Amino acid sequence: MTEKLYEVLGVKKDASKAEIKKAHRLHAKKHHPDLNPGDKASEKTFRKIQAAYNVLSDEEKRRQYDAGEIDAEGKETPRQFYREYADAGGDHPYASSAGFDDLGDIFSDIFRAQQHGGEKAHIRMQGGDIGYRMEISFLEAVNGATKRVTMPDGKTLDITIPVGHRDGQILRLRGKGMPGLGGGSAGDAHVEVHIKPHRTFRRQGRDILVKLPVALNEAVLGAKVHVSTVRGSISMTIPPGSNTGDTLRIKGKGIAAHGKNAAGDQLVTLSVMLPKKSDAMLESFLEDWSKDHSYDPRQGMEG
Amino acid sequence: MMGEVEILSRYRGLRRKTLHVWVERGWVIPERGLSGYQFREIDVARVGLIYEFSTELELDEDAMDVILPLLDQVHGLRYQLRCLANAVSAQPEDVRQCIARTLAKSED
Repeated sequence: MTEKLYEVLGVKKDASKAEIKKAHRLHAKKHHPDLNPGDKASEKTFRKIQAAYNVLSDEEKRRQYDAGEIDAEGKETPRQFYREYADAGGDHPYASSAGFDDLGDIFSDIFRAQQHGGEKAHIRMQGGDIGYRMEISFLEAVNGATKRVTMPDGKTLDITIPVGHRDGQILRLRGKGMPGLGGGSAGDAHVEVHIKPHRTFRRQGRDILVKLPVALNEAVLGAKVHVSTVRGSISMTIPPGSNTGDTLRIKGKGIAAHGKNAAGDQLVTLSVMLPKKSDAMLESFLEDWSKDHSYDPRQGMEG
Repeated sequence: MMGEVEILSRYRGLRRKTLHVWVERGWVIPERGLSGYQFREIDVARVGLIYEFSTELELDEDAMDVILPLLDQVHGLRYQLRCLANAVSAQPEDVRQCIARTLAKSED
């Protein structure tokens, strides 16, 4: 047991006073808690060193210890080390920012503001982006629109849908995302805008496709009919002898001109429809007519 | 707050002149009141640190000039590192994972 204190200081039992002092200084320097701020074990070791030195540096105590009259547990004076104060926070006169000068702007900015202003953490950061998804009608996509939407945070936002918006196209709304921190700018809102299909119109590039049913007589004899476009109904001429599948082009009635894009057209594809109910007169006429006017529309399909 | 008389009585053998040298060298930065220096708790602890370094550890003034700024830097870095660690631990799980992976990479 008696070797313990000597072991702590790493000296022989018959070490001289000077040797003990030297050994103590060496160990104390190495293990001083204030020279090892992050090392919890250093304090324990240091206390042992101090306790050992406390006994061994005092001739009377050392004699008693050698004689087994006092044990190895030297008295420990409760004390606080400087590191406990310095570690408590960044705002004190000894706070140094020299250690991270070269760690990049982020660290320097954040930490300098903290230390020299004595302010709270000042982190300047752009807010995050938020993704949304919304549906608009076919006509809103073709002609453009302004949609008022309510964001999850309760704020309303007017979203401008450009003329000729394509399905799934993402609109980026600057500054409408998460708010920034410490004066940083807000993030963006990304709105993925989908288009509901239309029962009449389809879209092909800048053109609008419409399938237009026409009556047999309109197809054979020609007619003036009303046809819907994406910007209202117009009147259109079906030429005599038109057939199912014939496509008529209405200039400028597709997607309106926008930016550098010229206006598209509306392409009307005819579809000849027989009367819904069978017509005795039409049947008897066609029976007579086909006797000497029969034709083969499937010519060329064989083989 | 602690006055000069009180602090001198706390550290055996510490002379007023020596304490003034420490203040002049910027090792201790007490507040200046009408009745002389006023030492905050952290100043008192710092005086204790310098006292111990110069007596028990027999560090001379030149060594102190080297050690104290380094010590302040270590404390500064430790403080900022702790702030950073707190900021990281406040992030959602996937962000923390991301940071952990990036750290692991930069340690290679």
